[in-house]
Order: sequence, then structure tokens, then C-alpha cells
Amino acid sequence: MLLREAKEILDAEILAGEEYMDREVEAAFSCDLMSDVLAFVDDKVLLLTGLTNLQVIRTAEMLDLSNIVFVRGKKPNEEVCRLAREKKMVLMGVKHTLFEASGMLYKSGLGAIKIEGA
Amino acid sequence: MAELEKTIKLEYEVGKEEFSKAGLASSNIKKVLNQIGIDAKVVRRVAIAAYESEINIVIHSEGGKITTEISHDKITVTAHDKGNGIENIEKAMTKGFSTASNEAREMGFGAGMGLPNMKRTSDQFSIESSKGAETKVEMIFNI
Repeated sequence: MLLREAKEILDAEILAGEEYMDREVEAAFSCDLMSDVLAFVDDKVLLLTGLTNLQVIRTAEMLDLSNIVFVRGKKPNEEVCRLAREKKMVLMGVKHTLFEASGMLYKSGLGAIKIEGA
Repeated sequence: MAELEKTIKLEYEVGKEEFSKAGLASSNIKKVLNQIGIDAKVVRRVAIAAYESEINIVIHSEGGKITTEISHDKITVTAHDKGNGIENIEKAMTKGFSTASNEAREMGFGAGMGLPNMKRTSDQFSIESSKGAETKVEMIFNI
């Protein structure tokens, strides 16, 4: 799924990285635990989270994960957005809950990641 | 990758409870590894392990440092803190076990996945610690 399509489906607001909306994501992962993100996620994954702090961007950076959707109407502060722009990341904000946003994307064909041993 | 003629050593201080700076050292380590042309998959594994170490030092210790040594065939990441040690290493290595503070949990950590993640991503993993003492974690990545 292209990020542009995900934006339409979620009626999302772009918070950073408008120029990269033609990027493709192969699956999504919804989580507020950054340690679990570090344990399970690959690049080309869209991360949906309710956490908006700097460590979300740092976590994404370590994984080469470049696309993040913030749910529940939460928006990261300017420092977070600035670091994301520096790392060429796309940040979007949606009003939906984590469950709802995940469901909307899943229904539109974006699948889950595979977890080894689970 | 051009063969490295000598070992490159990087060292970063990591402060106690410095949540806003956590990740800076790992970010720099990742940048250097990319610059010298290490395979992207290896860089990612090192970055994850270094970042988990950094977060651990910030959350659990009195401060410490992360050292990275890059030679022609391996990358060694060492996380060495000033205490206060781990009482039961076996328990600490269990997925889901955590003694992290609320502040750490609010940042998205404290899920009890840090040490297991570090072990999983590295080719060799060793940890030395005891209650009241320093903790030293060494991780080796073959390249």
C-alpha cells in the first residue's frame, strides 16, 4: 500500500515528510511498546502508535523504519517532527483509536507482520 | 566493503535518566557503520542492540558508557555501567520480566524485552553483573 493511499483511508494529517508519500509499505504493526517494535518489526512497515515522544523516532531510526501514524488525535512536538524530517521519515496523525485505524487499513488490504515463533 | 586496516573504536558516555538524549550514541554508531560500508542487515542488528543497551543504562543504572570496536571481521559492542547491578541475571533475561520505572514505561520501554533483544540480535552475547556491582554486557557481531 502506498502511504498516499493510507492517508486517504485514515483521513490523516501529514505532520512530516509530505514529499515521501509515494513510498510503499508492505505491512503494519500497531504498538505502544517500543521494545516490542524493536523485537518484531522490519523496514517497509507502517508503525501505528499512541506514543509521541522522541524515542519513537529513535526506535524507528534503528530499524530503518520510516513511516509512522500517531493515533487518538495525538501529535508529537516540534522537536520530534524535526528529528523525523532530518531522518526522512513520514509522520501522520489520525483521530481514530489504534484499533480503529488498524482495522481500516487491514480492511483495505494492508496485512500484519509475521512474528517468528509466535 | 574495503578491508579495514585497523580497528576503529567509538566510545559514548550515557547519562543516568537522560531520556531525551537516549539513542544519540546508537544513532552515531549506526551512522559510522553505514559510512564504512557495513552490510545494512548487520548495521540494523548492531543498532538495535546498541540502542537497547543505551536505554538500559538510562533506565536502570547510575550512568555508563557504550564502546564499539570495529575490526575486519567483527563488531564488538560493550555496554558498561556504574551499577547498581542485576540481582538475578536469569530472571532479567526472561522475556517480559522488567523492573523499569513508570517514566521508562511512559517512553515505551520496560516491556522486559531489552536483554532478550540484545541476545537475539548478536552472534555472541555475554553479561556480567551482581547486586550492587557494575554491569557489563558484551555483544559480538560477525561481518
